Amino acid sequence: MSDHDYQPSSRLGKWFNDRLPLLTLSNHLQEYPTPKNLNYWWTFGGILTFCLITQIVTGIILGMHYIAHADLAFESVEHIMRDVNYGWLIRYVHANGASMFFLAVYIHIFRALYYGSYKSPREVIWIIGMIIYFLMMATAFMGYVLPWGQMSFWGATVITNLFSAVPFIGESITNWLWGGYAVDNPTLTRFFSLHYLLPFLILGLVILHIWALHVPGNNNPIGIDIKKPSNDTVPFHPYIVIKDLFALLLFLIVFAFFVFYSPNILGHADNYIEADPLVTPAHIVPEWYLLPFYAILRSVPDKLLGVIAMFASIFVLVILPWLDTSKVRSAIFRPIYKQLYWFLVADVIILGYMGAMPAEGTYLIIARVATIYYFLHFLVILPFLGNKEKTLDVPLSITEPVLGGYPNHAKTKDKTTIKENL
Amino acid sequence: MRIILKLLFFLTLLINFSTLKVFAAGSPELLKVDWTFKSFFGKFDRASLQRGYQVYNEVCASCHSIKYLSYRNLMEKGGPEFTEEETKAIASNFEVIDGPNSTGEMFTRSARLSDKFVSPYANDEEAKSANGGAYPPDMSVLVKARKGGADYIYSLLLGYEDPPAGIELDDGVYYNKFMYGNKIKMSAPLSDDIVEYSDGTKATTEQMSKDVVTFLMWAAEPHLEQRHKFGFRVIIYLLIISILVYFSMKKIWSRIESKV
Repeated sequence: MSDHDYQPSSRLGKWFNDRLPLLTLSNHLQEYPTPKNLNYWWTFGGILTFCLITQIVTGIILGMHYIAHADLAFESVEHIMRDVNYGWLIRYVHANGASMFFLAVYIHIFRALYYGSYKSPREVIWIIGMIIYFLMMATAFMGYVLPWGQMSFWGATVITNLFSAVPFIGESITNWLWGGYAVDNPTLTRFFSLHYLLPFLILGLVILHIWALHVPGNNNPIGIDIKKPSNDTVPFHPYIVIKDLFALLLFLIVFAFFVFYSPNILGHADNYIEADPLVTPAHIVPEWYLLPFYAILRSVPDKLLGVIAMFASIFVLVILPWLDTSKVRSAIFRPIYKQLYWFLVADVIILGYMGAMPAEGTYLIIARVATIYYFLHFLVILPFLGNKEKTLDVPLSITEPVLGGYPNHAKTKDKTTIKENL
Repeated sequence: MRIILKLLFFLTLLINFSTLKVFAAGSPELLKVDWTFKSFFGKFDRASLQRGYQVYNEVCASCHSIKYLSYRNLMEKGGPEFTEEETKAIASNFEVIDGPNSTGEMFTRSARLSDKFVSPYANDEEAKSANGGAYPPDMSVLVKARKGGADYIYSLLLGYEDPPAGIELDDGVYYNKFMYGNKIKMSAPLSDDIVEYSDGTKATTEQMSKDVVTFLMWAAEPHLEQRHKFGFRVIIYLLIISILVYFSMKKIWSRIESKV
């Protein structure tokens, strides 16, 4: 990277930078050569960083007023909503912020799937990303428990009970998680503690995620390796910064719409009823962003196998860089994969829908088919497809219309279609 | 620009999808009211809130608490906005137990503005035993705690009818076509002219239902008006700054031939 020989202009800057090269880092972040053809799907990294910071800041403020006690938690949330100055705003931003965070992370993940961003040499970025995603789900789940409403309580009961499926030691594990023989005050206090801790672990992993990204540099819509810096790249600042900012503002409009005009639409009405261990809600449903996994869990008739299937559905994503055998990254040049990609998107949306429906009759059958297809896509189709698929010719660079190393009229046409597709 | 449209299209799809889910399951179609507090600039109808408080106080409050409201909330901006004197007079009708005093005794005094709404029962057990085993839910966030929200509570209040043939009801159980499972332990609470409105509005069951639901919506979301007002400003601000940033971006990217 060119910024290694960066020298601060002032003497004080040089003195400081020799001792702690923060200025070199800052210079690197500004100069960082970024492919110039990145489309708006690439702006979600910045949006996600914003979401994390928002959650941490609003969360810290909420933590100042919230009381983690089974008898007081629900009341303290109402206290925040009514009596804390702008408490309603902070809480609604935090609650809807979680949904927005997941909306953004799903777009981010599906972008990576479409453009093959998980492939060599970016496997480590991808795996760190998956760990972040997993921690996000854990954090969001525990956060949902804190208001101590009916869905909080029963969601916590259902999810923690999953661990009782572990042979022999299952019951001991659940009791250990609960800190007793049922979900109760000890469960709430430890969930609060962990809910406060995990975002900082996520923050650390995000730093590693970005660090790992800055080693090979960004993938790009046509998925080719590019020379950096070159005609194909632009410095991160101001080109990418302003584009990310613009996308973030559009995202914020959607965010604001939820916060100010339908702050409860993504939640569940039952969570405004205080937790009651003696009354089970008619349908226990997790938050929307966990629904596809909930559907996979319930579509397996055996409890233990269901839990295994649910964790496996995330694990197949972790090992995806080795499951997808195709050398070509971007779906633009993989005609069959492109179709299958949209099948997968539809499959996951169907799974999410089934997760919200009662697990019976037709719903259950559809959920089972969708679960099987999910695993088929990753475990059978992708490894097989990589060797069989006839891919289109890939250009050698973003700016040069030289495709596959030889001039050809058909390829020049390709270039326009590439541009259309970006 | 095409990609932005695509993005917006996806987001709308997603929003539609999630709203569909919320309203998909549910038995009979709820009665729809054109609430003044819906929509972008939605505000509460002040007179309706005041009448709604009267209905709550004279009818509902004999069984249902609103434990998270304080008397002072009644005079706050965005609520029923009773005057301070009116609110103090309302509060003074209730008695709260305070103490201990300097000699260690608990004592009774009339409620002040800072007190929470006095509950009709000392505890949940008393509430249950006085109502045939059914707990009359606290109404603080009731509107938010039921699928269908304000429309649902309104429908429920007007949903009492004779049970269809073949449905046997026990003593103290009533038939309501909007209740989950159709059986409810609360008898029809409202009937025409059960309260006498001081502003001359005719106290029909529909009118009272509308008023009390408006009041309950406010009780659940006391900052709703402020939220709507803020939201509008925030979104306008974001739109303006987005446009400015968009043109700055165009300008910056025009230095290189690639387009954004």
